[in-house]
This record gives sequence, structure tokens and C-alpha cells, in this order.
Amino acid sequence: MPVAASAIYFLNLRGDVLINRLYRDDVGGNMVDAFRTHIMQTKDLGTCPVRQIGGCSFLYMRISNVYIVTVVSSNANAACAFKFVVEAVALFKSYFGGAFDEDAIRNNFVLIYELLDEIMDFGYPQNLSPEILKLYITQEGVRSPFSTKPQDMRPPANATLQVTGAVGWRREGLVYKKNEVFLDIVESVNLLMSQKGNTLRCDVTGKILMKCFLSGMPDLKLGLNDKIGLEKEAQAKARPSRSGKTIELDDVTFHQCVNLTRFNTEKTVSFVPPDGEFELMKYRITEGINLPFRVLPSIKELGRTRMEVNVKVKSLFGAKMFALGVVVKVPVPKHTAKANFQVTAGRAKYNAALDCLVWKVRKFPGGQTELTMSAEVELISTMVEKKSWTRPPIQMEFQVPMFTASGLRVRFLKVWEKSGYSTVEWVRYITRAGSYEIRC
Amino acid sequence: MSGHDSKYFTTTKKGEIHELKEELNSQYKDKKKDAVKKVIAAMTVGKDVSMLFTDVVNCMQTENLELKKLVYLYLINYAKSHPDLAILAVNTFVKDSQDPNPLIRALAVRTMGCIRVDKITEYLCDPLQRCLKDEDPYVRKTAAVCVAKLHDINAELVEDRGFLEALKDMISDSNPMVVANAVAALAEIQEGSSKLIFEITNHTLFKLLAALNECTEWGQVFILDALSKYKAKDARDAENIVERVTPRLQHANCAVVLSAVKVILQQMELITSVDVVRNLCKKMAPPLVTLLSAEPEIQYVALRNINLIVQRRPSILAHEIKVFFCKYNDPIYVKMEKLEIMIKLASDRNIDQVLLEFKEYATEVDVDFVRKAVRAIGRCAIKLDRAAERCINVLLELIKIKVNYVVQEAIIVIKDIFRRYPNMYESIIATLCESLDTLDEPEAKASMIWIIGEYAERIDNADELLESFLESFPEEPAQVQLQLLTAAVKLFLKKPTEGPQQMIQVVLNNATQETDNPDLRDRAYVYWRLLSTDPEAAKDVVLAEKPTISDDSNMLDQSLLDDLLANIATLASVYHKPPDAFVSRTRPTQQRDEDEEYAEQDSGTGDTSAPLSEAGQVSGGYQGASPSSPLPPPGGYGAPPRATVPPSGPPPPAAAVVPDLLGDLMGLDNALVPVGPVTPATPAGPPLPVLLSAQDGQGLQICGQLIRRDGQVFYSLRFENNTQMPLDGFMIQFNKNLFGLASAGPLQVPLLQPGGSANTLLPMVLFQNVAPGPPRSVLQVAVKNNQQPVWYFEGKVQLQALFLEDGQMERSTFLETWKSLPDSHEVSKDLPNAIITNSEATLERLLKTNLFFIARRTLKDTNQEVLYLSGKVPPNVPFLVELTFLVGYPSVKCAVKTPSPEMAPLFFEAMESLLR
Repeated sequence: MPVAASAIYFLNLRGDVLINRLYRDDVGGNMVDAFRTHIMQTKDLGTCPVRQIGGCSFLYMRISNVYIVTVVSSNANAACAFKFVVEAVALFKSYFGGAFDEDAIRNNFVLIYELLDEIMDFGYPQNLSPEILKLYITQEGVRSPFSTKPQDMRPPANATLQVTGAVGWRREGLVYKKNEVFLDIVESVNLLMSQKGNTLRCDVTGKILMKCFLSGMPDLKLGLNDKIGLEKEAQAKARPSRSGKTIELDDVTFHQCVNLTRFNTEKTVSFVPPDGEFELMKYRITEGINLPFRVLPSIKELGRTRMEVNVKVKSLFGAKMFALGVVVKVPVPKHTAKANFQVTAGRAKYNAALDCLVWKVRKFPGGQTELTMSAEVELISTMVEKKSWTRPPIQMEFQVPMFTASGLRVRFLKVWEKSGYSTVEWVRYITRAGSYEIRC
Repeated sequence: MSGHDSKYFTTTKKGEIHELKEELNSQYKDKKKDAVKKVIAAMTVGKDVSMLFTDVVNCMQTENLELKKLVYLYLINYAKSHPDLAILAVNTFVKDSQDPNPLIRALAVRTMGCIRVDKITEYLCDPLQRCLKDEDPYVRKTAAVCVAKLHDINAELVEDRGFLEALKDMISDSNPMVVANAVAALAEIQEGSSKLIFEITNHTLFKLLAALNECTEWGQVFILDALSKYKAKDARDAENIVERVTPRLQHANCAVVLSAVKVILQQMELITSVDVVRNLCKKMAPPLVTLLSAEPEIQYVALRNINLIVQRRPSILAHEIKVFFCKYNDPIYVKMEKLEIMIKLASDRNIDQVLLEFKEYATEVDVDFVRKAVRAIGRCAIKLDRAAERCINVLLELIKIKVNYVVQEAIIVIKDIFRRYPNMYESIIATLCESLDTLDEPEAKASMIWIIGEYAERIDNADELLESFLESFPEEPAQVQLQLLTAAVKLFLKKPTEGPQQMIQVVLNNATQETDNPDLRDRAYVYWRLLSTDPEAAKDVVLAEKPTISDDSNMLDQSLLDDLLANIATLASVYHKPPDAFVSRTRPTQQRDEDEEYAEQDSGTGDTSAPLSEAGQVSGGYQGASPSSPLPPPGGYGAPPRATVPPSGPPPPAAAVVPDLLGDLMGLDNALVPVGPVTPATPAGPPLPVLLSAQDGQGLQICGQLIRRDGQVFYSLRFENNTQMPLDGFMIQFNKNLFGLASAGPLQVPLLQPGGSANTLLPMVLFQNVAPGPPRSVLQVAVKNNQQPVWYFEGKVQLQALFLEDGQMERSTFLETWKSLPDSHEVSKDLPNAIITNSEATLERLLKTNLFFIARRTLKDTNQEVLYLSGKVPPNVPFLVELTFLVGYPSVKCAVKTPSPEMAPLFFEAMESLLR
């Protein structure tokens, strides 16, 4: 059964109900007590996001300081339930203008009630596109400060057609003076490297974020330098594809606006975009990844009270580029007393809360630049035989603008609209650290 | 641009309700609206504001949509507790359902469906009917879901008003979202019903596939879930569906992806082309892997499902093991599931890499995860024999770290490895023994003791080692005690020297006298006796060869796996339990008492023609109804639920068995035959004796016995098809037998579908092929069908089915015949299992099998009763019977005088079964 919920509760960290909505009466109103006593107040919290208590199943997730608990008594679609919550929170955020937390819920509870009524009916998720819902669900939260009169008396006549329409994510009649499209290609590199420097796992998850300010109902077509797309294109034009770097995407997923059937047959990404900002596609790549950094750690335990840490980081991207906000976290034992540092750039200190040596470099130049941090760590000598220190991996954070670890490039973005206006397209690239871990 | 609603939560406590009441009745719209918001805020934090019901409902008639929604929300919450007041809202609801604004029309219908109060439900029907045909798709899609809501409250009403048909028509709606919601509603109604309501036909299949391309992401989930229940006609049909569904794998919504995977896996079962299947497997892998970059909770759902998928089709992710490597910051539940999948995907090719990972995990912080990692190494050793040695080396390295729980866990798995590969890795025992004194967990201790006992002959100081455990014997948990006991016995049997002998004495004493654990005590006594009577036998028992163990990482059995794969993405696939195991179907029902029901009927408004079998589903809608309804219910009112079922159908078979067993055995020509429309070909009653078991018949089971009905002998047969194929063309043949029994007509068994069964009565004739020689009660039968080889089996000729109707004798004839027969023709036997508790009842029963009463007398000295009876078996052999017995006591002495005394044993058999 594709039912996703019988009831949804929003709780704060103490377990108080901030807001709730019952969609079916097959779960009792007091089910949230069961959640409090059997999950929240036990150490089981966080051990498993799906639990059965009595005849009911609880699916819960924590987002900032709010627990969102879905209760069902049937064999509900669990994937649907979690995805619904994720999407609903995204929707609320877009209404509140960013934050989703306890205060935001209290400040917008009327709006949330209204949205909850609209986006789910009898446990079945309905249209959750912010773009469309904002057409007819308006509250102070979104109303422009200039409008003096409430405008919710008569929503646009075609609102209902839009909610249910085939293009249920864009409204008609948009007009912009200047037609612009912004594309952001954001990649996170996930790396797991062994002490010996072997790559155990390495992949890139990327997403293409789009910001559209386009008039009318434009048809867009996106071309990337991916292998399948290029080959298909070459086939169609009956000439060999141009040489140059092509990349192989392991998997792609698209926003609902992309015509999947067409992608499947023609390998072209064509769509009518929603207005404003949205995530057009996500992709994953495991082959041919250019790692932005190489980390060479050496950690020596000298007796029971001293450690010598030496970390060398080398940039592997082009000399004209640079990385921002580079942070290297080197774990040290809990009973660390202090550390003396020597760094060739940036600043390093011992963070006792994290049990880490934290080395920050604000701007890291590219082109095989090598920076090092070395530290002498003093440990508190303990009489008790501690259980041997399990060395967690070194973690790294960074951002490298204008660099894609995958090598992905946007080849073209074509916009067609019947009025034939011209558009300006802007493309940015950035690579971030996902979970960039080096075992030591 | 954030809202400021939090102010509504801060109200002065004193006189709050009174204040709100005033504000609600204010003339100023804004004040009114603020007041309603305050009421809702109070409701949210759990305060009871139901006393404001009337005042809030008064605000309902407003042009302001926001205010209206708030009032509706209030109604949903409190209508149940104030059903009488809820009626005040009905008029506004009905009016709103005709509003020119489609949003308001839909809102009205949506809200009405959420209010489970009879009076509201009654008034819902007409608006719903209109809205199902509304010109606006937004209203139609809302109405579609509303039908499911109404069905949940009052299923009959939905059927009576033809809403099901309307819903089915909606599958052809031009708007994809309407289609999707209609499909969801139909699927839900079908799930709660035993009748066939919604089935995907060729025609609907086409519509659904078309809508799939256009509807919202959630609508795609509804449609895909419905499609997963569709049984494709053949491989081509299946391939067609898969082709249309495969593009969904690229969707950003994880629920769409998982539902698409479900459909594809279902249809793949039918696809025969190896290439197509391989290609599909290739296509499914990347989307499944991508799910692992979603939120951790979604990852968890995905991993639980992947666990199932790799059990059925390991090839899909065989090359993707790296993506299941745990990240340091993964939540523990994700790590645990990844580990489980890594074990399943481990192979000779990737084991080195996997072992490195496991070793890494075994040094992490979370104790449960570390333990699982160590255990995983052991499971891989058991699964992959070529890698076993490498696994053991890793375990030994881990033991050397000397982290206590790692060592203990390692010892537990090493015990399993020893069981799997006996006599291969015992050289490491010495290393294990080094950590002996650090063991403090029962399972680890027990494992270590098992190892010492099992390999006592190779461990020089085995007796010392065991001795060290023995000191604390009385305090140990049962698990350890049992192992100690067995290990001590093993040691003694392997090294019957003085030391072990003393030890065994101590252990046996301890285990028999100073424990109150029956398992331990009994085991100790068994050993003791074995050892004292026959040490060689003890060796055979205690040191017997053990069956090898195998890997349990593919533990779900196939039928459960099938069930779970059909439920991918649902809770069943997360729990790895079939839906029935955790979903209780029983909906809260409220019985109404009889007079109320009849009062309703007397008023003449009820249409009670609805089928009674549905009555049970209705009750939900009546909760909270007051007996005297102030408003007459509108037409089309469903039949009220009934507490009793009128005897229109046949009584349940169980009831038919109760009166007495005897009658059944004699044939079904008496009161035991159900009065209902049960045809002679399907006799109810106790199960027939099994002639051919399903095991012997490769799935075909045949039961049967001879019965007599209306003076004719029948062979009552039951065929059960437990094979995977339909069976037909049944024929039967009888071997020569005592009475020359043979079939009088062809065997009439219809085509048996897999799982199906059929009962038949085969008319029999006598003296067709009489077997010469001494009388034997065996009836040899051969049965064949078009699919299987010929089956031979044996039944019994039961004399009680053969007694003739004209066996009655006059008293005088009886006496004459008795006297005329020589004494050599008299045979008697004690029937130890026979008992007569009431001679009248017994006589009546015997009469039904054509054994006729002649006379009775009571023996004065012993108080025994004697009954004389007569009977006749074909062709015309009289049986004169004398039964001597004590009423109510077992054992009946039976004497017969007959011209054919050789048949007496058969007669005794019959008598014994008749008098049981």
C-alpha cells in the first residue's frame, strides 16, 4: 500500500508535541506517548529509524532540533514516508525562508497546518511543489510586506489545474525583463584511503543546481560532456564525436521536470524548469576522478606520553586555481594534554572537544603545492592500562571553485520559448569535500 | 519573512476560555480569525478547547479561506467527541461542496471524509457523487481519495452508491493525478476486501502506463505499487511492462525508484531471455547504489531492501561491494546493514579487500559494531572455504590486540570455524588458550570450553584448563555449565586417567545434586548412566561425528523472500517480516444491540437487501451514533450490522462432525450430511485415511475409504494436488481382491489446479475379479493421470461398508441357524479397544451399518451384558454375532458363527472400529 502515514508528529527534543496531524484513525492519538517512552527516553534513540511498538510502526528522523515522527499501523511504504518528510521539510523551509527548527514551527503553525492538509490526503502524498502551492496557500510567512490586503480571497483561477497538471511545477504567465539562467555544478568528493595510500573507495556525487528567471513556458535542453550523451549525439549527426575528455556517469537521477522517457531513448536532458531555484539532477561517478588533495600522514607514538604527528597535504589541481576553507582534522587520544605545532601555512590548534588537532588553511594554492603541519603531542600519563587507542581516520574539508573532480563540463544549455527571447546563461563549478577520510 | 504565530501560544490563563468565546463572537473579522488561531494553538499544545465547539463552528461560514481551513481543522479534531454538534456544520459543508471555487469544493469533500461521524457521512454521499464528476481535476482527485475514506467508514454505502464503479471509471480520466489517486484508493479498498474489486486488465494496464509518464512523483509511486501486483500473461507482456517502467529508475525520488525496482523484479520472474534479465540487472545496480547517498534514514530503508534483492539476484550488485564500505560517520544502523550486505557479497574475488575493511571496523569505538565485524569475519570463513585460512589469520591478529570483547567474539566465531572445518586449524588453539582468563561472557566461555573438550586429546593440559573453570561451576550460567559437563565427559572418554576421572566425579555430583536446572541435571544423569553401564556406547554418543554447519547469511527461506520482494519499499521489507506478522487487520468494530437495529428497520428507511456477508464491515460507521436519530437517514442506507448469522448457508463442517464419529464411518446417509446444498460428490466429515501420501505421490495425495450409501458401495476418494502443475486425466484400477471389488464407472475427477483438491464417490461393483486364496482385507489400487507415473497403493476392505440391508433375521431363524452351524464355525475374540457405554445407542449405530439386533440378556454373576446381532455380507453369507461386555468398560468379547469362518478376522476388524 503506498500509504505513507497515519499520523505525523513534530516534537522538540524534550518530546513536546509542536504540531501534529492525524490522517487516519487507525492509530490512537496517544501514540506519541509510546514514542516518547519507548524510543526517546531510551538509549535506543538513534539505533534504528524504524521501530514497531504495539501495533504501530514509528518512522522518525531528526532535523535540526525537531523530531519528525510518522506513525502507521498498516504495511506502509517506508521509502515514501521518509521521502515525504524530507520533501515536506524542504517545502516548509522554502515558505519560512530558510530555517526549519522549533521556533520556525511555532511561528508558522497555522501555515504548517494548512500545508499538511494540502500535501497529504488520507496518508497519500499529494503535490509538494513549493512553486505551485505558493499560488494558493499564502500566509504572512510568504506574503509580500507591501500588500496591505489579504490576497487569499480568490486564488488564481487556474491554480487547481496547475496542481494536477502535467507540468505541476511551473505556473503560467511568468514575465521577466531579463531572462537569465544560473547553473551551479556542485560536486562532493568522497574518499577513503588506507594508511598505505591505497584508495579504498572514491566517488563523486554531484548535483546541478539551477536558478531560472525565464518568462513563459520555456523548453530547455542541457548538454554535458558525458560519454553516452555524446555518443548518441554523434550517432544522430552521423559523424565521429569530437575528441576531448568525456566522462562516464555511473548513475543519474533527475528532478521530476525532466522527461525520463525521452532521456531513456534519446539520452538528452530536456525539461520545462520550475521557476526559481531547484535541483535539476544528481549524478554519481566512480571512474577517472581527479582528487584535489593528497594527504600523507605519519603518526608515531613515542612511549606512553608522547606522540609525533606529521601531516603533509599536497594540492593536485591546476596552478591557477585555489582551494578555500581547507580544514584537516587529525584525531588524537582522549587523554591528550597539549600539542606544539609547526605549520608552513595556516593555523593549527588542539580541540579537546573533538579530540582532534585542527589545522585550518584559508586559501590553499593549486599546482602541486605542499603544505605541512607537524605537532608534538603530549599525553597525560595514566596509571590504568587504557584500552588501545583506535585511530579514527583523518578528515578533511575544503572547497575548490571552478574545479570538478569528475571533469564534468556543461557543453550547452539551449532555451526555446515561443516568444523567442534570448537568454543569458551563467555556469559555476565547485568541488567540496564529502567524506574525505584518510586512515592513519 | 518568518511568521509570528508563536504569539498565539501565549495567552493569559485566567478566564482564557471565556475570553476566547467573546473574541470568537466578535464582529471584527480579524479579531475572529485571531481567536480561532488561538483556539488552534491551544488545541496543538493539548488543551481541551472542545467547549468552544459551537462558537468555532459559527465562524465556518466565511469568505476567508484561511479562516475556513482553521475551522475545518478544528472540526476534524473534535467532531468525534461532539457528534451532535457536528451536525451543525453539515449545511455549510454541503453548501461549500457547491461553491464556485474548486479549492473550496475540494476542501469541503476532503474534510467531510475525515470526520467519522454517521450524520456527516450520510450527507457526504451526494456531494461526493457530484465531486467525482466535477469538471475540475483538483476536485476529482480529492473525491477519489474520499471514496477510500468513506469505504473505511462504511463499505456498503460505497458499494450501494456505485462509488466503486465511479472510481474505476476514473482510471480512464484525462488527468494523470486523478488516475493516480483513483488507483491508490482502489488498491486500498481491494486490500481490505475479500472480494475482487480492482484488478488490472490489459486495458487498465495501458492507461496506467500512460499516466505513469505524466503524474507527480507520488502518483508514480501509487501506480507502480499497483502495477507490482499485476500478473503478466507471458514473457512478452512482462518485457513490455519492464520497458515502460525502467526509465523511472532515473527519478530523483527514492520511493519512485524502489517501487520501480519492485515492479521490475516481479516481472523479471516471467522473463525467460537471459540477455534481457542480465541487461535489467545491469540497469538496476546504479540507481540502487545512488540510494546510498540519500538521507541516512532512507539509506537504511534502501539497505534493508538491497539485503533482500541480493539474496534473490546476487549478480545485480556483485561488483559493487565497495559502495557498502562503511563511512566513519555513518549512523550505526546504516553501518550494521552495510556489514550484513558485505557478508552476502563477499566472494573469493573480493575477500582480501573485505577482510581489510572488517579488520578496520573491529578497531572502531561502537562495541556492537565491532562485535558484528568480528562475527562477520567468521561468517566469511564459513562461507568461503578457500578464504577460511585468511579469515582465521585476521581473527588471530585481532586477538593479539587484546581488546576484551574482540577476543571473546573471536573465540565464539572460531568455534564455528572448527565445526565447519574439522581437523584443519587446531594449531591455533594454543593462541586461544592465552586469553583464557579474560573471558567473562557466557557465550565466549562456553565456546572456549567446547573447544577444549572437543580437542582434549591434543591439548596437553586440557584437564588443568577445565579445572580452572570448574572452580566457579555453581555460579556459572546454564550455558557454560552444560558445556563444562559435556567437555568433562569428553575429556574423560579421551583420556581415561585419574585426573579426569576425579574431575568427572565432581562435575557429575555438582550437576546432579547441586542444581535446580532440569536440563543440566538430566544431561548429567544420562552421562552418568552411560558411563557406568557402557563406556563404549558413551563414546559413540558423546564423541559422535557432528553434522557440518553451513553459512547462515542467506537465511530467509524462498517463500518468505518471494513475499518480501513483492513488498519492496514497504515496512515488511524493512522488518523482513511478512505483512500479516505485524499488521492487524481487525478494525475496531462496535456491536449495536438488536432492538436498536430493528427500530431502524421498522422505520422503513433502511435498505437491507445488501448481502449479509458484508455486514461485518459496516460497523465502523455507527460508532457514536445516538439511538434516536433526529434526521431521517437519506436513501441508500446500508444494512445494519447483525450479531447473529441466520442459518441460510450450510453450517460449518466442524459442527457436522460433532454428533458421533461412528455414523460417519458407516456412510453419510444420516443426519450428519449437511442439510445445505452439499452435493453427494463432496461428503463432509472426518478426514479420510491417507492412501497415498503427498511425499510418495510426488505431491499428489489420495485419501479414501469404502462407504455404503443406499445399498450401494462407493469408494469415497479425495485427491489433493500439491504439485506445481495442474493434473488431469485420472484413471483408477483395482487388483483382484476378496470381494472382487471393482469400479462400476469411470473415475470422475476434474482438472486439479496446483493446490486444488477434489472429492469424488466412485460407485463399486462386487465379484468382478475375485482373488483366490485365503481372505485378505487388502485392496490394491492403481491410479494414474496424464502428468505423473502410475501410483500403486493399498487400501483396506472395510467389512462395515459391505453389510447387506437384508441381513435381518427372525429370532427363531437366528436360533436355528446358530444351532445348524457346527461349533468349528464359531470364532471369538476379545476386542480390547472396543467399549460400549450405552447399549441402546450402540445398537442404533450398528443398525445403520446393517447389523440387526436379535436379543439381549444379562449375565447374573458377572453383571455382563450379552447382545445378539445378525448381519449378512455379499454374496449371501450370514454372520451371527454375540457381544459380551460390561457397560462402560473397555474390552468387548465378540463371538461370530458363520458359514465362512475364514472371514471372521475381517469381521472383528470392522467390529472394533465400529465400537471404538
